Amino acid sequence: MMALVLNEEQVMLKESAAGFLADKASVAALRELRDSSSEQGFSTEIWREMAEMGWAGIAIPEAFGGLGYGYIGLGLVLEQMGRNLSASPLQSTVLVAATLISELGNQAQKEALLPAIAAGDKLVSLALQETAHHAPEQTTMTASQDGDTFVLNGDKILVLDANVADYFVVIARTAGSKGDESGLSAFLVEADTRGVNVTRRSMVDSRNVGAVNFVDVRVSTENLLGEAGQAWDGLSRTMDIANVGLAAELLGISTEAFERTVEYLKERKQFGKVIGSFQGLQHRASELFAELEMARSIVLRALHAIDDSDEQLPLIASAAKAKLCEVAQRATNEGIQMHGGIGMTDEHEIGFFIKRARVVQHTFGDYNHHLDRFAKLSGF
Amino acid sequence: MSDLDQFRQQTRTWLEENCPPAMREPMKNFEDIYNGGRNPVIDHPDQKIWCERMASRGWTVPHWPAEYGGGGLDKDHVKVLREEMRRLGARPALDSFGISMLGPALLKFGSEKQKQEHLPKIVRGEIRWCQGYSEPGAGSDLASLQTKAEDHGDHYIVNGQKIWTSYANYADWIFCLVRTDNSGTKHEGISFVLFDMATPGVSVRPIKLISGSSPFCETFFDDVKVLKENLMGEEGKGWTIAKYLLTHEREMIAGFGGAHGQPLGERAVATMGADTSGRLVNSVLRQNIAQYQLDTVVFGATMARIGDEAKAGQGLGPASSIFKYYGTELNKRRNELNLAVDGEGALGWDGEEYDGGKLSRDWLRSKGNSIEGGTSEVQLNIISKRVLGLPDE
Ligand SMILES: Cc1cc2nc3c(=O)[nH]c(=O)nc-3n(C[C@H](O)[C@H](O)[C@H](O)COP(=O)(O)OP(=O)(O)OC[C@H]3O[C@@H](n4cnc5c(N)ncnc54)[C@H](O)[C@@H]3O)c2cc1C
Repeated sequence: MMALVLNEEQVMLKESAAGFLADKASVAALRELRDSSSEQGFSTEIWREMAEMGWAGIAIPEAFGGLGYGYIGLGLVLEQMGRNLSASPLQSTVLVAATLISELGNQAQKEALLPAIAAGDKLVSLALQETAHHAPEQTTMTASQDGDTFVLNGDKILVLDANVADYFVVIARTAGSKGDESGLSAFLVEADTRGVNVTRRSMVDSRNVGAVNFVDVRVSTENLLGEAGQAWDGLSRTMDIANVGLAAELLGISTEAFERTVEYLKERKQFGKVIGSFQGLQHRASELFAELEMARSIVLRALHAIDDSDEQLPLIASAAKAKLCEVAQRATNEGIQMHGGIGMTDEHEIGFFIKRARVVQHTFGDYNHHLDRFAKLSGF
Repeated sequence: MSDLDQFRQQTRTWLEENCPPAMREPMKNFEDIYNGGRNPVIDHPDQKIWCERMASRGWTVPHWPAEYGGGGLDKDHVKVLREEMRRLGARPALDSFGISMLGPALLKFGSEKQKQEHLPKIVRGEIRWCQGYSEPGAGSDLASLQTKAEDHGDHYIVNGQKIWTSYANYADWIFCLVRTDNSGTKHEGISFVLFDMATPGVSVRPIKLISGSSPFCETFFDDVKVLKENLMGEEGKGWTIAKYLLTHEREMIAGFGGAHGQPLGERAVATMGADTSGRLVNSVLRQNIAQYQLDTVVFGATMARIGDEAKAGQGLGPASSIFKYYGTELNKRRNELNLAVDGEGALGWDGEEYDGGKLSRDWLRSKGNSIEGGTSEVQLNIISKRVLGLPDE
């Protein structure tokens, strides 16, 4: 196993991402997007700059126009995005959709899409979830074959960047019934195909997400990713990778919320002294710091597990997501509590962190989902 | 074949030839580890043979320099040795406060003469050491210690009392914090001295723990003569050494938080049963165990990361406080969960049906983990001040 330290190249990537995002895609920028009721939900101009720096292709192999840095590289950028709450399609398109296409697609499909994603030209999003809780095996949406086309019918929710996506990767059932892992298939569907209806939804974190309805949507059999009914393994691995990436974002969110809170403890005075001198607060902050150190380790360990093709990835990914959900919840809750009244105001930025954290926590399975899965995979 | 592969093969062969069969049996207890000393506590005669054979190669302390009797191995070779020992089920040949605490301090602060004198004896398990830090009035506030060392030219005369001195009744020598000067702040005027427990004026009285054994003592010094050549570092500068040694002690204690044999969840299913979907029958306990096991995974990843960072010259400074706090709290949780899994069977105190009360005694002993070596609260104070930079009230 590779050592759990960042090499020079990775440190440089991390630092340049930190600088760029603090400058161009900070919490203030998110507030601006929110307050201007932006339909786009992120800045196209800054996304273009990110793509020029190679971020959109960071985990995509060089053969398909990417940088081939692996998921450790992507994780480092996502962590910095968490710190700055930067809005961009990196999660939907690069972390999730590109991974699923790499997992399931054939050579022609990869050639058609991955270079376009890596260049920042196309946005792709996974349309998976149908109910309020992550449970892919419960998929009911259907795809029935009709000659050399499939006809798709069903409703998806919580589709990231639904309103701006050029394509969807849609998970639908070609066989089996609700609850079965087998029988699921993945289809590539252009967003402007007849019968595809997208509605943007407004979520607590002010980021892009939407509902997508598919009514008699016809796609060619060439749009099937992988074998019919055989999407589970690739989807499952994609979800593991996605959850590790989200854990990296949560690490950034938690660390930033914590550091801002510790700064506040050193500034705010009550009873004639700074509140950070009270041991009741000191110990809570120190316990949280210890947890953040644990969180940083498991995220790094999990990113390595992806790049090393570690067969323990499912267990480690659920461990990472569960732990980061726990730590992010604590860090953002303590962040508000330790700021007192000012922490409850919209004007203060600490509230933006708790909002984004909860959405990321729930995306593709929350603490309860992943702790349960961790236990199952551990044999109890 | 690479150098490491070659080393692995040679090590494998050597271990197979030299590790006595009894030393390949799993230990029942942490306390089964051989601690050496002039009058060693021996459960099995092979313990001594195994220690001697390993010491002949310096492998009782493989990472110490060969010139002081250690194995002279770098981290990668030490890792191979440990892996090969694990492969054979070989237990550690020797463990002692000399290895985990005094040795690192000697290597950093000791004079050449002191290193030559003491380190090889630690490697060979000839001399067993104890730690004379805490006093009745100086626990968490260790620097307020009052045991006095009076200057008598070429020697000191030491008077005072230590408490909670683990294994003082078995130890041959003590590393001890004494006050050589009372005029400055409490951190100044502390000196770090080494002396033989057989020196006239030293007496010990064992104290019984809630777990039933008596591993620690009150230690009294009544006009004990200590030659100045046994002063480590400079007079009055002992606090720096004391703190350095504590970081090693904390890492050692934190290690209890690491993996322990069969994972608890598996053991719980084997003991209590599972439902048709394979889940532990009691869903509340299942959740508690899952949370615990999750934290062991993240703790393991943290030990690995900090280790790798240290190797790469990065590193976190007061990492030992984070480890100590987290690892000991984790070990206490494990022990509580053992009680939950084994129920009444975990509360037996004596008798074969209760395995001599192993679970209950281990559980009680684990309560001391978050006290010894500096309490959890003290570790949190250190993180607050040294890492987060929060001010004193
Ligand atoms: C099993 C065991 C083995 C030991 N072995 C040795 C040994 O070999 N050699 C040796 O020298 N010592 C040894 N010790 C002693 C150990 O180091 C002390 O017990 C420890 O440092 C705590 O000191 P104390 O017992 O005086 O508790 P106290 O300092 O009186 O603490 C009592 C409580 O007050 C809390 N407290 C104290 N100060 C603060 C503060 N500033 N902020 C918040 N909370 C505070 C503590 O955390 C604790 O909960 C051992 C202890 C145990 C339990």
